[in-house]
Amino acid sequence: MNKTHDNKAWLFVLPVVALVAFNAVIPLMTVVNYSVQETFGDNVFFWAGVTWFEQVLQSERFHDALLRQMFFTFSILAIEVPLGVAIALTMPRKGPWVPVCLVLMALPLLIPWNVVGAMWNIFALPDIGLLGRSLNALGFDYNFTRQPGDAWFTLILMDVWHWTSLVVLLAYAGLVSIPDAYYQAAKIDGARPFAIFRYIQLPKMKRVLTIAVLLRFMDSFMIYTELSVLTGGGPGNSTTLLSIDLVKIALGQFDLGPAAAMSLIYFLIILALSWVFYTLMMRNEQQ
Amino acid sequence: MGLSWMAWTWPTAAFFIFIGLCFVAMSVWEYADPGGGPRHGILGLDTTRGDRLFISLLGSAFIFLAWLGLMGTPLWAPLALALVYAVCVFRWV
Repeated sequence: MNKTHDNKAWLFVLPVVALVAFNAVIPLMTVVNYSVQETFGDNVFFWAGVTWFEQVLQSERFHDALLRQMFFTFSILAIEVPLGVAIALTMPRKGPWVPVCLVLMALPLLIPWNVVGAMWNIFALPDIGLLGRSLNALGFDYNFTRQPGDAWFTLILMDVWHWTSLVVLLAYAGLVSIPDAYYQAAKIDGARPFAIFRYIQLPKMKRVLTIAVLLRFMDSFMIYTELSVLTGGGPGNSTTLLSIDLVKIALGQFDLGPAAAMSLIYFLIILALSWVFYTLMMRNEQQ
Repeated sequence: MGLSWMAWTWPTAAFFIFIGLCFVAMSVWEYADPGGGPRHGILGLDTTRGDRLFISLLGSAFIFLAWLGLMGTPLWAPLALALVYAVCVFRWV
């Protein structure tokens, strides 16, 4: 049988192509152009070759920021994913408490990011903040504006508070889609709660958890606003992640060339890691 | 408004023309042999020609970056390496 091919459908894709070209492809091309040149302003550029890439790749500053970024990303993933799943498991699936829980969970996601940063900054101040004062009253020597360890603790706590909800909501969506028949069958077989989790709930949540891990992974690599308001990358450079360092180079020092080179390396790292994550998780799903 | 704000150079233009030509070549290939040539490669992944191009380009970018970070210029050696890598990806992955 001959199928009719109607290529008119391609026309409907054109608006998206135009949109992506204007907001992604053209700016990205410009960044590539900047990354091989030097400028002193006035739109005058001088050819610099791959100097900036070499400089960024061999600089200790970039290596440190990248290591800090990796540490941050894997720490928050290790906390937020299990915690989110655990909270989703304890949430009611029927009854009047469902909307209450859902709204409570969605609240942190609705707060503007700079407000989250400001809130946590004030909350954690050692002299007037509730968290800071309480910790000091309990005998801890806590000061996130001076001690790197405390700054990291506050940063990770803030991210967990802000974003665990996303994992909870996604995991919960996966959980409620499981038909009752599965639980009834498990009950007849005398399955223990852990077996139910391992063989029914976890496999059914796999797809949404894949999305949750990917989203959290990419977003944590791009964290800027909350971090910039909370610590600004300090004390010293101790919480300077890639995005903060990039803005310092691009806007603070106005080194467009090195900043462009760093942006491209940053972009390639996110792209590669996301691809690896996605491929691994999809492969596990197929098996 | 001209394109001067984009600060074009010949080498970067050539780079994008190369990427564009890759896409054109892939389209022609797809037209001549539809279906994307799916297969289960040595990495245990199900890939089509498009996936293999993506893996080649992304991997090549990292070959260049690694060379620049560890050895510096000139970049002829990583270019050869990237070409060999791309051929291997299209052949076996």
